[in-house]
Amino acid sequence: MKKAFPILGLLTAALLSYALYQALVVAPTEQTMGDVQRIFYYHVPSAWTAFLLFFINFLASIQYLVRRDPKTDMIANWVVIALGVLVCIAPYAFRTLLPAGVYPSSVVTTGIAFVGLYFLIKRLFSEQQTDMLALTTAEVGVVFCTVVLVTGPLWARPVWGIWWTWDVRLTSTLVLWLIYVSYLVLRRFSSSGQTPVLAAALAVFGALDVPLVYFSIWFFRTQHPQPVVGGGGSIDPRMLRVLLINWVAFLCFAFLVCWSRYRLERTKREVEETQALEALLEPRSALR
Amino acid sequence: MSFLYAAYAATWTIHIVYLITVVRRYSSLKKEVDELNKKI
Amino acid sequence: MSAPTGITWATLTKDVQLEWRSKDAINSMLFFALLVVVVFSFSFDPEAEESRQIAGGLVWVAFLFAAVVALNQTWARELRNQVLDAYRVSPAPANSLFVAKALGNFIFVSVLEALMTPLFIVFYKLRVLGPAWQLIPVAILGTWAIVVNGTFFAAMSLRTRSREIMLPLLLFPITIPALLSMVEATTTILVGDPSTSAKFWIVLLATYDVVFTTGCLALFGTVLHAE
Repeated sequence: MKKAFPILGLLTAALLSYALYQALVVAPTEQTMGDVQRIFYYHVPSAWTAFLLFFINFLASIQYLVRRDPKTDMIANWVVIALGVLVCIAPYAFRTLLPAGVYPSSVVTTGIAFVGLYFLIKRLFSEQQTDMLALTTAEVGVVFCTVVLVTGPLWARPVWGIWWTWDVRLTSTLVLWLIYVSYLVLRRFSSSGQTPVLAAALAVFGALDVPLVYFSIWFFRTQHPQPVVGGGGSIDPRMLRVLLINWVAFLCFAFLVCWSRYRLERTKREVEETQALEALLEPRSALR
Repeated sequence: MSFLYAAYAATWTIHIVYLITVVRRYSSLKKEVDELNKKI
Repeated sequence: MSAPTGITWATLTKDVQLEWRSKDAINSMLFFALLVVVVFSFSFDPEAEESRQIAGGLVWVAFLFAAVVALNQTWARELRNQVLDAYRVSPAPANSLFVAKALGNFIFVSVLEALMTPLFIVFYKLRVLGPAWQLIPVAILGTWAIVVNGTFFAAMSLRTRSREIMLPLLLFPITIPALLSMVEATTTILVGDPSTSAKFWIVLLATYDVVFTTGCLALFGTVLHAE
């Protein structure tokens, strides 16, 4: 396992370099915005990666909370399966209600992917490891979210003349960042006995909050319109290709960063356990 | 445009700074584990 | 009266009685809110017609900060006298305690709002141009949104370092959609523009309340027994 890390590191570095080349050279220049638009190839994949990481944090936190009691664990399993089934049926049943550009097949694949992710995490990570996974994904997610919040204004300034606009996406991302930073602060400041449980509860609250945040700001913006950073609408297929290449590269990079952070967390807990063991084995030296 | 390079540079600066902190903490903790294991 | 509601009622009446006798929380909340109002009046000219636009935001920020003062000491009394430990050991359901505390805080903050609102109207020369009755659901739902999450996070912050800072740090980001809804609803009602309606915000506030009350009730037991 350890030997794989340097190899994967090199592969990821190569992939990232290729993606960078694609973004800076191969991708066509945007008509209205010019070369600055290329920030898009870093801004958007970072956002998607951050959202994915926060979603994994949500799943891991739920699992940490439900696994302590076998009954709730079973209930949670069935709820997840039921939601998966619902997500598979609903897009076809309510085809007319879907927003433009959203296909039933993509909703279904996303739903299946998330159900699969839930059970994959369950299989791969024990209860304690789930807690470490939650902490890791939250922290790395905050890092990627910071990148989004920094590249956003750097894109907005030359294009729209303003550093910040309280538009839906940027503001929602800022609130998301605030929520997970508060999660990390709670992790750091609470005493180690109960930290995992409290943090998991906060993560669930934060995740529940996200759609509400998005909706409230969206409606606020329809009342007080402002320029939208990133624009909407369709995207040139060549640009989409470069975007996806960059996203895959960043996902690999995020995986490696998470792995490193996870390893760090495991070592930290190992130190704590060894210290406790040492104190047990040599009571006199501990008293000294 | 300079903003483009600033954005890319900022992205990698953030990532590299974070990675450096992780790696540094890891190596110091690894040393501590080895020392503790030797004692036991 | 079944056991859980009995416990809730007993805890609630105890808290209200204790507060009535000492008036600790109410006094500090009132004074704090008053200070906020006065300081804000120096930053924004309260005479101008635009004051109606910003008054909604000012009012709720003042109430939010004052509520944090009350929330911070929600559990202090229980902690001091080891009541919390006794509660953990007893077979009483954790949710009764939570509901009692949340309702107690709700009452305190509502009293504060009732006392402060005339002051706001006087200081900012407010006249409600829209449907004033809508302010009541906004006030009730908004106060509950702050209080229910605040009580929960106050319990979470109990054994953290810098407990007083922890509560607002955890509370404010999560409360943002509720805060936005409260402020926008209040501003819409005050300004009374016939093309806008506060209904969406009130519905959003109600949704927020339902989601988070459920969440708090589901997870409070876990938080209380986490050790």
